[in-house]
Amino acid sequence: MISFSKGNTPKILKQQEKNADNPDWIKCPSCRSIQYAKQLEENLSVCPKCNYYFKLSADERIKLLLDEGFWEELDASLSSFDILHFTDTKPYAKRLDDSILKTNHQEAILTGIGKIETLPVAIGVMDFDFVGGSMGIVVGEKIVRLVDKAALNHTPLVLVSSSGGARMQEGIFSLMQMARTSAAIGTFQKQGGLYLSILTNPTTGGVSASFAFLGDIIIAEPASLIGFAGARVIEQTTKQKLPAGFQTAEFLLEHGQIDKIVERKNMRKLVARLLHFYNKGQT
Amino acid sequence: MKNYLPFEKPLSDLEKKIEELEKDSIANNIDLSSSLESLRQELIEETKLIYSQLTPWETVLIARHPERPKLMDYIRYLIPDYIYFCGDRHYTDDRAIFGAIGTFQGKPIMIIGHNKGKDTKENIQSNFGMANPEGYRKAIRLMHLAEKFQCPLVTLVDTQGAYPGIAAEEHGQSEAIAYNLREMFQIRVPILVIVTGEGGSGGALGIGIGDKVLMLQHSIYSVISPEGCASILYRDASKASLAAEKLKLTSQDLLRFRLIDGIIPEPLGGAHRDQKAMLETVKKEVQQFLEEQSVSNREFKPDKRTEKFLKMASYETTLNLFQSQS
Repeated sequence: MISFSKGNTPKILKQQEKNADNPDWIKCPSCRSIQYAKQLEENLSVCPKCNYYFKLSADERIKLLLDEGFWEELDASLSSFDILHFTDTKPYAKRLDDSILKTNHQEAILTGIGKIETLPVAIGVMDFDFVGGSMGIVVGEKIVRLVDKAALNHTPLVLVSSSGGARMQEGIFSLMQMARTSAAIGTFQKQGGLYLSILTNPTTGGVSASFAFLGDIIIAEPASLIGFAGARVIEQTTKQKLPAGFQTAEFLLEHGQIDKIVERKNMRKLVARLLHFYNKGQT
Repeated sequence: MKNYLPFEKPLSDLEKKIEELEKDSIANNIDLSSSLESLRQELIEETKLIYSQLTPWETVLIARHPERPKLMDYIRYLIPDYIYFCGDRHYTDDRAIFGAIGTFQGKPIMIIGHNKGKDTKENIQSNFGMANPEGYRKAIRLMHLAEKFQCPLVTLVDTQGAYPGIAAEEHGQSEAIAYNLREMFQIRVPILVIVTGEGGSGGALGIGIGDKVLMLQHSIYSVISPEGCASILYRDASKASLAAEKLKLTSQDLLRFRLIDGIIPEPLGGAHRDQKAMLETVKKEVQQFLEEQSVSNREFKPDKRTEKFLKMASYETTLNLFQSQS
């Protein structure tokens, strides 16, 4: 997902939309090779030629991580409202409607109870296609409720982040979700709850500076863009050239900010192993 | 008065007139007291008028005013016998955040805040109050120290935001802020948060979790700076004043949203016009907060802090608010 072709500044490549005339073929935005859609899907949406990670929808991610048939969604109908009557290039209410149509979900996170190798987890998965995976009131609320559920059921918590940060269109209400999610996770962890945070491309801003970096264990997908401030803002503020690979998962691993980088195809297995260890330790 | 904001032009004109008249009166030894008196009255009325119809953008400019009282003014005024502490014990001492313990009305309190300077030299030393991870780590260390001293904590928020720098990212700016957000809910002494100037995003919230949260009348609190919002959403940083309006970032907005517990009134014409009066008002607010504590610092439990934040900005609370608006 990260391109270093123009200087050292990493950037998110625009994901190739499916060609309406020819939906069976998808062009990789990184190596420009043409991939057969079905084959790409079988390869977990990782380009077989250059290893570029296509975005996964929340549904695809759940399918990838959970045991088939063991997924009970929570708060699926919780939907956002335009609390500030916000309009930028288009009205926020319209933005929400478009995202609902695009993703077939009410918000930028799906939360629920599932099983991974028969072990129960409370899991939340973000969807970048819903207003950039941004966190507003409903995303915050769904996380808080999920954490409560994990505490109640004594199950580990897994959150898969994919987000540009706090949702600007909900202003200060979004900022407060950073506090709310962190408070809930703190209470859960203090009771001994295990929280695995999985960072995918991208995880930035108010999401990275709250629940995403509170994981007892933090795992990232390769080459994901992860950081607090935007690269452009940093460049403009510091007038410095950004180091190669700045804010990639690899960069964060090197700087001690995350535990592991795990390939998409191995993610489920690793999470399962950790859950087994945790489970055995508890009994 | 050296710095006038653009919308304060009528005030600067009037003040100039008054000054000239005063000089005249002395130089020529004539009694102009009645003209002076009416001009002074006019100045008061004009100030009242301008400050009663501030736009959100004008409020942003006041919140950033270089002559507003800064952290060190509050510390010197509230706890004159203060002892300050340095370092995060990991890497460095970030002077963008400053913390000290001192005596407030006979008992110790700890004050921690963003450290904006008065002039360029001070501002460079304190990085304009924009903290690196080390600043947030120092802050939480001092909050734990306050627990040990069993003294209440006052945090003063005044930052454009956490520093967007290369080293900040390398050292874990995200983690440092997230860690504070989580840990501040567990601090076992009462915490009063006062937004004194700019409440800029996660960088503000990183020391902004408290049992009581107040804003000075002309301070702001926002998820992103108006300039940042304009550049991202409108692709035009010059639309900052429009963004300021949309973001709903004034103390009146936040009180209406029930995201803060109260507004601390500023002297007429803003805190920058009468620093002493502002400091005195804040002192009274701190005193009141301490008086409100019904249990001793030793018995204090932070559970209500968590409850408070979980309730405010929750789905239910905001939906009710939304429905009552429309």
